[in-house]
This record gives sequence, structure tokens and C-alpha cells, in this order.
Amino acid sequence: MTLSLSPAEDRGGPAQPLLLLKDLKKHFPIKGGLFGKTVATVRAVDGVSFAVQKGETLGIVGESGCGKSTTARLLMQLISLDAGEMVFDGEGVGEKTAGGLALKDYRRQVQMVFQDSYASLNPRLPIEDSLAFAPKVHGVSDAEARSRARELLAAVGLAPGIYARRYPHELSGGQRQRVNIARALALQPRLVLLDEPVSALDKSVEAQVLNLLVELKERFGLTYVFISHDLNVVQYLSDRVLVMYLGQVVEQGPVDAIYDRPAHPYTRALLASRPSMDPAKRRTEAPLTGDPPNPINPPSGCRFRTRCPFAELVCETQAPAAAQLGGGHEAACHMARPGSGHSQAARVAA
Amino acid sequence: MNAIMDKPILGGTASAKQPLVIIRDLNVAFVTRDRTVHAVNGVDLDVGAGEVLCILGESGSGKSVTMRALMRLLPRFARVSGRIEVAGQDVMAMEERGLQRFRGGDVAMIFQEPMLALDPVFTVGRQIAEAVQRHEGASRSAGMARALELLELVQIPSAKRRLDAYPHELSGGLRQRAMIAVALACKPKLLLADEPTTALDATVQIQVLLLLRQLQEQMGMGVIFVTHDLGVAGEIADKVAVMYAGRVVEEGPVGALMAGPLHPYPRGLLGATVHGNMRGQKLTTIPGAPPSLETLPTACAFAPRCAEAEPACQTTLPEARRPVPGRMARCLKVAAG
Repeated sequence: MTLSLSPAEDRGGPAQPLLLLKDLKKHFPIKGGLFGKTVATVRAVDGVSFAVQKGETLGIVGESGCGKSTTARLLMQLISLDAGEMVFDGEGVGEKTAGGLALKDYRRQVQMVFQDSYASLNPRLPIEDSLAFAPKVHGVSDAEARSRARELLAAVGLAPGIYARRYPHELSGGQRQRVNIARALALQPRLVLLDEPVSALDKSVEAQVLNLLVELKERFGLTYVFISHDLNVVQYLSDRVLVMYLGQVVEQGPVDAIYDRPAHPYTRALLASRPSMDPAKRRTEAPLTGDPPNPINPPSGCRFRTRCPFAELVCETQAPAAAQLGGGHEAACHMARPGSGHSQAARVAA
Repeated sequence: MNAIMDKPILGGTASAKQPLVIIRDLNVAFVTRDRTVHAVNGVDLDVGAGEVLCILGESGSGKSVTMRALMRLLPRFARVSGRIEVAGQDVMAMEERGLQRFRGGDVAMIFQEPMLALDPVFTVGRQIAEAVQRHEGASRSAGMARALELLELVQIPSAKRRLDAYPHELSGGLRQRAMIAVALACKPKLLLADEPTTALDATVQIQVLLLLRQLQEQMGMGVIFVTHDLGVAGEIADKVAVMYAGRVVEEGPVGALMAGPLHPYPRGLLGATVHGNMRGQKLTTIPGAPPSLETLPTACAFAPRCAEAEPACQTTLPEARRPVPGRMARCLKVAAG
């Protein structure tokens, strides 16, 4: 198979994180009043730092309004950063200076799959044309882009002879999501962002798509960032997990550490909120009360303190720094840091 | 204890033997000029007073249509046949006046999207009071007093202040609670819940599930809860009915059904649902997709996707088999009881 669009080379070597994010911020102003003045600010993403290692699947979990989708859009550069730094395989993203990676080249290597499989496909294009579109933009000939599109359809389990000329409305939800995955792979990216890719699918179809994602990752040597509110699915797919709450990372670490030894009270509550399929293990008390607060006016200090059963004075006055718990597991909670001033700090750390 | 709780359940004593809801051979077909869709094909269901039945199924399995048929909420072009009885009343024979009393009085419904179910231009308090005024002929002030009690019942914090809130001023979880309060306003004997927690966040979903279970026990209501989520069913159901292509393919007590489904479809569904630590294992999937319901299935509708299908499955419509008392499956491979 000869392609004028060859996969991008690995530049930094295996130890260099594929994507490194430092202190990302995105605040959305809310305009109001007579002259459209800014009356409030939604701090959708407020100081988020993490790294995506080559070949891993990083799961991002959190409730609505925690900033996980805004983070995905920032990663994709669909919206611009207010502050922060993005480094892709050793190169600064969007930097005009030498050593920087131009946006067009960055986007070729980073692709995204969205939750709404129908809204993210052009309803007027047969799916073959949708798949061939991006390669053509990047200078591949029409014939070659089409033959590549058919290969990709086969790779995601849709017989090209039957489906290539169909329009999105002629496909089922699961089939459309397969097309979206194929389109994300059309440019031979290294990193694929999956924003709730299976949430809108029925369970039997969800399993098919999850199996496909695992298979494609192996076959094309991909790195995934997988965003979901479904903790079971995240556990199934991820190597490392990042837990977000109100625009900040509260805990991150290897999947087993997060699921077996969650250090942050929010992570513990989130895990305990999963309905159990065993009626003998029904809960009688909800792990948390109330809804997540509004990100317009987040609480001072630790943002989780308003719902946290262990909140003390120190939680109100000081924002907790990330405590290192070993093996890359870290939690932003005063209880995880000995000497933070929280009465339970020592016990949890021990 | 809340004053609403002290009111006796009407007819609560007689319903010990007689089920609260009886559905027999319910068929719903949507007929338009272009095509006919056979959405529900011969559903039989019973719900006892104080029992929670979960209807489990994927999109298009007919679970929501069954609920709407029970409330007579289907559009005119829907052809409905069969017998539906709720608390001894023949629902299919009801006239418009009777239906008005029935809906909201005997039976109430809550939906997935409270923002669409609540009226955006009235306060939450007024919407609850309206139901009480209409159904019980109460005065406006009595209605508002009842609304306050109900908001407290559904555990809305600072209920007095929330009485004057419009739906858009509430968070998702509170809105869902407000909708439950509207539904419970006239103390229905049967609550229909159509995926009421699907749009909620995980930490809020469990709160609403626990609230519904608690209210159901306190008020002794029968509940039909529609969901596609096995975990939700495990958390709330007494009895589960699994629907596929407009039919109930398996029914049984929640514990037994979750531990060992008889029918290959729920078995496949359990295998396809990620739970616990299944990392690295390939998920078992159900190949293919549900059938189009434009023609009435004459054989087992699941046979084309079933790994255990035999030639007979392609030609025979499996009848209900009851290998154990209380359990039913429509599958030729299940031993007849």
C-alpha cells in the first residue's frame, strides 16, 4: 500500500509523552446588561495539567460541568487556550517559532470522535466522501483518498460494497459511530480523542464498538484519550485515569490504583455511586447529596468541600496541591498530604 | 411524618390478590400511509400493588410505547388492541372525562427530561398545586400547602423558597425531584417512570433512585420503571421484564434473572455490559442489530442474532414457557414447565 500520506514519525522516543499539558485554562465570559459587559465567568477548565504517554489509553471521568469536554476541545484546538502550554511529542503546539508544530500538522496527528454520531457527519455526503474529505484537504489525490476510505470502512467492519455510497441517515447509530471512528483514522493520526463515543449506543452495540476500539488501537498503534461518564467503560479501556471536578483534576493515576485505592473523597463517592447489578448489594444511602455546584462561582479553597463529608477549615482556606502517592498516583486533597493541617491527613497517608 | 403519608391508600386492601395492573395481549401498530410499524406485539404484564416492575430493553424494543399505551397517550394513528386494567378499571374503554381523572389521579408518569415535562412559565409550586386543585377540588392555598409538603417529601432543600422557583432555576437533580413531586401530587396508585435517571450524573442518579424506592415503599405504590440500564434495574426492581422487538422475551424476579437469565437475549445483554474489572477480556457481543418491525415477526425475532438458534427457531413463534414458578421465557430451548 503506497500512500502519499505517510504516518508521522515518532520524534521524541518512547519516554517523551505524546502530549503534555501544563496548566490549561479556559474561562468563558457571560455577557449581560445593557452594553454586553462581562457579568460573570465560567471557569470551565481551571489549571489542568496532565500527560498522555505514547501507546496508552487515558480515561477522563467526571460529571457534567466538570470540564472534560472543554478539555477535549482544547486538546483538539477547536477553541483557543486562555493560558497554558501544549507540547506534542516534544514540540510546542501552534507556536510560530522554530521547533513549533503548526496547527494543520498537529490536527493531522490528533483526531476526535464525538458523542453524537449523526451531528458530526455531513448529512449531504455519502460516507465514502466524508472519509475521503480530510485526506484530500491534506493533498491526497481523489482516487487514492477513496480507495483509502474503502479500506477504512472494511477496517471498522462495514462492507465497503454495501455502505460506501450510503448517506448518514441510512445507517444505524452503531454503524454511524463506526464511520466516525473510520474518519478519525483517515489521516493516520497518532492520538485519537474519544468524547463519550459509546454513550448514545445501546448496550449490545456498545460492546461491539468497544471491541472495535481495542482492536484498532492494537492494529494502528494508536494512543487514546477516552472521555466518559461511564466508570465501568473507562475501567475497561483505560491504562490511566484522570478524575475531574469543576474544571480541575482531583485525582489521577494507574487504573487499578484509582479503582482499588481511590484517595480523593470525590473519586470514592463517584465509584460508590455506580448502580450494582446485584440486587442483594443495594445501597440504602447515597454517597453524596446535592448536585455539582455551578462552575460560575466555584467554592473557595477545595472545590469539592461543599459536598465533602470530611471538609474542615483548611479545605475552605487553601486549595489543595496534588499529593504524590507513588506510582504516578496523585490526589489533590488535604487528607492525602501529611502536614496539610487536616485532622485526618496522617491517617489516610499512612 | 409527612401528612400525605397518613392518608390511607384507596382500595389498598382489596389489591392483595388482584394485581394492580393487568395487561393482556397488548398490540400497538403505528400506521401511516408509507408504512406500518408493529411496535408492541402481544405483551402480557402484571404489576402488583407496591411492586416495582422494570421493563428492560434497547431502543425500539417497545418499552416506552407499552407505557404510553397504559396511559392512553398514543397518537391517533396508533392502532391499539388488547386489555389494560388498572386498579380494576378498564383503561381501553375510558372516555375523555374518565381519562382526565385517571391520568394524574390513579396513574402518574415521570420522564427522562424534566425540562421538557415541566411547564417553563409556571413556578414549580403552581404546577403541583394545579394538579391538586383539579383532581381534588382543593382551594388554591390548600394546593400550595400541599405543594410545600410534596417538595419536602422529595427532599428538596429549602423547599419553601423553591416553591416560587421556575424550572430553569433548578439544577438537573432538583428538577427531576420537582417532577416526581408533581407526579405524586394526587397520590397515584401506579407510577410510570420512563428512564427518569438516564440524563442525570452518577452521583445524582443514585440519589434519585434511592428517593424513588423510598417513596414507593412509603406510599405503597406500584411502579413500572423503564430503563435500558441493567445496573439501574438491579438497584430498583422487584421484577424485571425484558423486551425485544415488541415482545416480553423474559420475565422474572430481579435476583434470579440477573444471576441466570433463561433467554439468550438477556444473557447476551449481561455479557455485553461492562461491569467490574473486565480489562483485557474481549466483550461478548450480540452480532447484528434488532429487526425492523415493519413486518410482524412470525418466528423468534431474536433468532437471526442468536448463537444457539436451531432451524425450528426460524419458523416457530416461541410461546411463553414457565420452567420455574414466577419465571417466564419465550425461547424454544427453555424447558416447558
